Amino acid sequence: MLEVKDLHAEVDCTPILKGVNLSVRPGEVHAIMGPNGSGKSTLAQVLAGHESFKVTGGSVAFDGKDLLTLAPEERAREGVFLAFQYPVEIPGVSNTYLLKAAVNAIRKHRNEDELDAIDFLKMFKSSMKLLDLDESLINRPVNEGFSGGEKKRNEVFQMMVLNPKLAILDEADSGLDIDAVKIVAKGVAQFRNDNNAVVIVTHYQRLLDYIEPDFVHVLYDGRIVRSGVKDLALELEEHGYDWLKNSDA
Amino acid sequence: MAQDNAIQAPEVVSESDELIARSIEQEYRWGFVTDIEADAAPKGLNEEIIRFISAKKNEPEFLLNFRLNSFAHWQTLEEPQWPHVHYAPIDFQEIIYYSAPKQKEKLTSLDEVDPEILETYEKLGIPLQEQKMLAGVAVDAVFDSVSVATTFKETLKDAGVIFGSFSEAVHEYPELIEKYLGSVVPYRDNFYASLNSAVFSDGSFCYIPKGVRCPMELSTYFRINAAETGQFERTLIIADEGAQVSYLEGCTAPVRDENQLHAAVVELVAHKDAQIKYSTVQNWYPGNKEGKGGIYNFVTKRGRADESAKISWTQVETGSAITWKYPSVILRGDNAVGEFYSVALTNNHQQADTGTKMVHLGRNTRSTIISKGISAGQGQNSYRGLVRVAPGATNARNYSQCDSMLIGDKCGAHTFPHIEVAGPTGQVEHEATTSKIGEDQLFYLRQRGLSEEDAASMLINGFCKEVFRELPMEFAVEARKLLGISLEGNVG
Ligand SMILES: Nc1ncnc2c1ncn2[C@@H]1O[C@H](COP(=O)(O)OP(=O)(O)OP(=O)(O)O)[C@@H](O)[C@H]1O
Ligand SMILES: [Mg+2]
Repeated sequence: MLEVKDLHAEVDCTPILKGVNLSVRPGEVHAIMGPNGSGKSTLAQVLAGHESFKVTGGSVAFDGKDLLTLAPEERAREGVFLAFQYPVEIPGVSNTYLLKAAVNAIRKHRNEDELDAIDFLKMFKSSMKLLDLDESLINRPVNEGFSGGEKKRNEVFQMMVLNPKLAILDEADSGLDIDAVKIVAKGVAQFRNDNNAVVIVTHYQRLLDYIEPDFVHVLYDGRIVRSGVKDLALELEEHGYDWLKNSDA
Repeated sequence: MAQDNAIQAPEVVSESDELIARSIEQEYRWGFVTDIEADAAPKGLNEEIIRFISAKKNEPEFLLNFRLNSFAHWQTLEEPQWPHVHYAPIDFQEIIYYSAPKQKEKLTSLDEVDPEILETYEKLGIPLQEQKMLAGVAVDAVFDSVSVATTFKETLKDAGVIFGSFSEAVHEYPELIEKYLGSVVPYRDNFYASLNSAVFSDGSFCYIPKGVRCPMELSTYFRINAAETGQFERTLIIADEGAQVSYLEGCTAPVRDENQLHAAVVELVAHKDAQIKYSTVQNWYPGNKEGKGGIYNFVTKRGRADESAKISWTQVETGSAITWKYPSVILRGDNAVGEFYSVALTNNHQQADTGTKMVHLGRNTRSTIISKGISAGQGQNSYRGLVRVAPGATNARNYSQCDSMLIGDKCGAHTFPHIEVAGPTGQVEHEATTSKIGEDQLFYLRQRGLSEEDAASMLINGFCKEVFRELPMEFAVEARKLLGISLEGNVG
């Protein structure tokens, strides 16, 4: 589904990604860990098409298409979703209004009919319940005045409504209380199936206790320096990244 | 205290600039000219022309005198230089002050309106034929200098509401005109108001009797068609005690290379307990992308609110090369309420100096000002507001909020708030913000699947929401569309 090869990217002439390789197949969950500033969010944003980052080498194929030539909205319509580490506030635009516009933009791309208000309500209801989001939050302006945890749950909510093929969750668990981590995990579990894939960027084992990853990768200074199965996350938890640095360097 | 909080966008070139450059290509869609024979006065302005206009309209003596007094006063005045706008001096002798489409002397039904004119309004989306009329909205159509049609006249008459062209009202209700004309905006008020008082040709007149809630929205649609013609219309709305009315005003003009002058006067009178809601979607031709042509829109709008009356101005200004406009409320009676909600968009070389005046004279008077300025291209947008609390206006309160949004880095936003409070009990609050349309916000929306243009228009609509929600339904839709079109492709 996603084939990242030797990806290099820079911001303001500073190289951040220095040759990332990553292969994700349908049905898989990948966890990406790594110290602060190692390039995890950069990787996520480059995959989503943020124009501040300049791709200087490598390739990204998504379902056989060259992702790097597509505009951000085209990637989204093809089924790439990014839950942001820092979701921005959009004053005056309600969550539901944005989601309706987004769902219909994606449906239009797939030559499907637009949905009406009643269909939307149905679509929202079960995900709202699962994520313990109440109606007032859904109707408020996007992320405005949301607590940190509400923002994260809202990102996962949007993922569930938009139902992408590839969901990249950038620290969907940071700043969440213990119950909220479980709630987010429930959402991801509900979302998962054999045809889609999830890439989770996280610093903690906690979320991975609930969503078992098929693979764990460590991103370090712009490269994936170690890949393994779920035990790798446990080892990292125990030893920190110095252990990797010492064993790899 | 006056301050110029000028904020120029930082000199950073980004992705958005290219898009802005591309988008500015967007064209004005209402720019066609209707080929119609017109009855026009010769160019220039002198006493003869004024007598000519008055005679054409067969006006009573009081009106001719009003015009002549205004003209005499205007000659003593000079064009104001204080607005934050720049343009070559206007040659007032090069303007035609009266142009009317040739038609039968008096129309008895819409069937007698020139089909070319009806077609013009259809093209503008304002059908005047009975069967196609906008449900629930009575329209007075003003073409160049005269009112050509008013719809739903009979329905309104049954409710006791008088609505129609100003010229007709002069003949049918001269006592009302004589009593109220110039009572809110005296002919000495300012340069353009004086000029208008001397040469105004037509406009709309509306009277809602005591205790009547007007059964439908009233609307005037202004269209400038003829070349080298100034449009000077006069609107007078009177809501008698306890009456209520919602009034809409829309405007467009053909694309022409020379600048055209539009200097209107609008007077609102809200008697005790009355409510007037006045909404404008102004879309005069803004000029081309090099800044050639376009309407100079120099307008005086003012309302008088008596005891417990309420006047609310809502405006969406996207057109005109230059806009100079300060809809105001004189809060004369105790407990009177004044509101001003405004969205002003300047793109390309457009300049807008707009805002409001709230003059608190009565006790416990309240006013609210919400102003949203959007600047794109090389647009310059200024908010100029005055809040004055007179010595007797105990417990007066005002809240002002002026937000500016910059799109690109060649535009500017300025705020000039003037606040004068006499006495210790007045409460005046002023908030101002300036933001640049955020790359991160755009990216967030695009990541959810919205095109760049939809994302931008969503952000702008969000920014203007507090104003749009004050507009009547159909108008809000139109305003959103208009804003979308005026900014087409302009953001990224
Ligand atoms: N827009 C930007 N301008 C300048 N530097 C940037 C920009 N975005 C990212 N960087 C830099 O790139 C590096 C990688 O940042 P990134 O956000 O990808 O790290 P991360 O692995 O997600 O870290 P964290 O765990 O703290 O979220 C950092 O040094 C960061 O300062
Ligand atoms: Mg990060």
